[in-house]
Amino acid sequence: MAVITYREALNHALREEMERDERVFLMGEEVGVYGGAYKVSQGLLEKFGERRVIDTPICESGFTGVGIGAAMVGLRPVVEMMTFNFALLALDQIVNHAAKLHYMSGGQFTVPLVIRGPGGPAHQLAAQHSQSMETYFYHVPGLKVVRPTTARDAKGLLKSAIRDESPVIFIESEVLYGVKGEVPDVADFLIPLGVAEVKREGKDVTVVAYSRMYYKVLEAAEEVEKTDGISVEIVDPRTLRPMDTATILASVRKTHRVLVAEAGAGFAGMGSEIAAFITEEAFDDLDAPVARITGANAPMPYARNLEALKTPSKEKIVDAIRRVCAVL
Amino acid sequence: MATTGRRSTAARGLGRDEEKLGRELLAQMQLIRRFEEKAAEMYALGKIGGFLHLYIGQEAVAVGAISTLRADDYAIAGYREHGHALAKGSDPRRLMAELFGRRDGVSKGKGGSMHLFDKSVNFLGGHAIVGGYLPIAAGVGFAIRYESRDAVILCFFGDGSVPQGEFHESLNLAALWKLPVVFICENNRYAMGTAIHRALAQTEIFRFAEAYRIPGEACDGMDVLAVRDAVGRAVARARESGTPSLVEARTYRFRGHSMRDPSTGLYRSKEEVEEEKKADPILTFRDRLLREGLLDEAGWAALAAEVETRVGEAVAFAEASPEPPAEWLVEDVYA
Repeated sequence: MAVITYREALNHALREEMERDERVFLMGEEVGVYGGAYKVSQGLLEKFGERRVIDTPICESGFTGVGIGAAMVGLRPVVEMMTFNFALLALDQIVNHAAKLHYMSGGQFTVPLVIRGPGGPAHQLAAQHSQSMETYFYHVPGLKVVRPTTARDAKGLLKSAIRDESPVIFIESEVLYGVKGEVPDVADFLIPLGVAEVKREGKDVTVVAYSRMYYKVLEAAEEVEKTDGISVEIVDPRTLRPMDTATILASVRKTHRVLVAEAGAGFAGMGSEIAAFITEEAFDDLDAPVARITGANAPMPYARNLEALKTPSKEKIVDAIRRVCAVL
Repeated sequence: MATTGRRSTAARGLGRDEEKLGRELLAQMQLIRRFEEKAAEMYALGKIGGFLHLYIGQEAVAVGAISTLRADDYAIAGYREHGHALAKGSDPRRLMAELFGRRDGVSKGKGGSMHLFDKSVNFLGGHAIVGGYLPIAAGVGFAIRYESRDAVILCFFGDGSVPQGEFHESLNLAALWKLPVVFICENNRYAMGTAIHRALAQTEIFRFAEAYRIPGEACDGMDVLAVRDAVGRAVARARESGTPSLVEARTYRFRGHSMRDPSTGLYRSKEEVEEEKKADPILTFRDRLLREGLLDEAGWAALAAEVETRVGEAVAFAEASPEPPAEWLVEDVYA
């Protein structure tokens, strides 16, 4: 096991897949000469040259469409969004073109494209640079949506995403880039898309969380274990679409209580969908209603105190766990 | 290179040795015309649903442009694309079946009139977001360059795409990266019901090429040979040096925007349409071939009869093709 950062894990995944397959290339703003706005692509220009590491002008719709067209005729593009906030400029390309071309053409064309970059709440970046963007994509049939939590997930899932035949929205986290974790040294380490992971075993309550929220839930789980003796199981879906509902349901059937923790605004969020299928599939297994803890239904404010209130804190997650376990 | 008049003067005539070419161009235009007139009939009978945008009046653009391509070259177009698919060599029977929403349609009945795709002839669709597919054309050009091939892509769009951001992003990227894309603006002077002078600050569309430092040229889009010449030059540049071009083909749509739109009334007069019909690209080209002795009346009758047979076969094929099976609803969502 090598201990590397989430950023290095992504870099290694890109490097390995570009070495493995000549058709894979990386395109985006500042990915080459600058080494990536968040340094994920550092060293790739030097290794692979300008043909395969392409700096683009600032035109998200344009270069995303270039990726789609190149994918339609046989290449395997990785398009970087400097941050996923900017992907909205390419939403028509992603939703109306990438997601639908396979279907509309009756299966004749495929779009093996990865669109990756950081998303989710960051530090005092305010409303347009600090938000959970997965919501805009996982609703769309034809897209796969991945949100890696650890360095291990980042590497194994990105490699699988690049090999996938469908368009994959791969949303990293800028606040996790520096977080270290163990990554297997095996030559071709892959984590399949659509497979959740039980990241912490427990018996009293299931908490579903991904990306940054996983780490907050982990802290909360350790606290309630000490203070209340509550044993928390944490399930990380890792891929939001297609979602591994079976692993989540199996955990719920074991613990009989479930909380979904989500950074984004709660209305019609990921927690809504997870609560819906748990209610449909495992209602009789529940000892308490499915609980959600979500970000406030407001844009992200700049002020430090307000920002802290926007996204669920460890303290609020502790309260939510106690509530669903009926100890509050 | 730029032409400033409403239309360029007619291209050179055909030599005797090009008799066969002349007949092929005429036959293709006639096939598109009759295929679409038949489609309009089928629409009136309720056999075709949704939107149906007819290309009638603009046939010279697709036929003249695509006649310059090799089989390994690509074409991509918007939602008024029956003509481009036919000119690229797609089977009229499978295209009509697609319009009917049947299982033997080119897109398995899942696309319809606006989403004709045919990988077997490198026809890349069939896209219904105005301007949205122009970056995709640039991406195909990118792939051609990436693989060091000498193929090209023709990207057809209307004057309605020019105000869109994607038009400008795509021209900039193609020019910046030297992508072998020929952007062909079919300027029929109306984006649905909005006249060009109400939509564009610069109505001489070929001039946008200057902003991106690529060759731009206007041509008479009602003259199949003029289109063939202009696009032929652009294709040669793209193939030889990866230089993209913008060709503005000045043309006219004889029918309404779609079957739900009357061809005249709100935004253009009947007199205007009748005047433009004098430049019918099929009749004028036929008369020219007759005048120049490259075709006789018997030859025209035989050509027209052959087209009728093919269109009849297309309708019969579409009628006979079953509806897509229910399980296809959720197939082809993921590859």
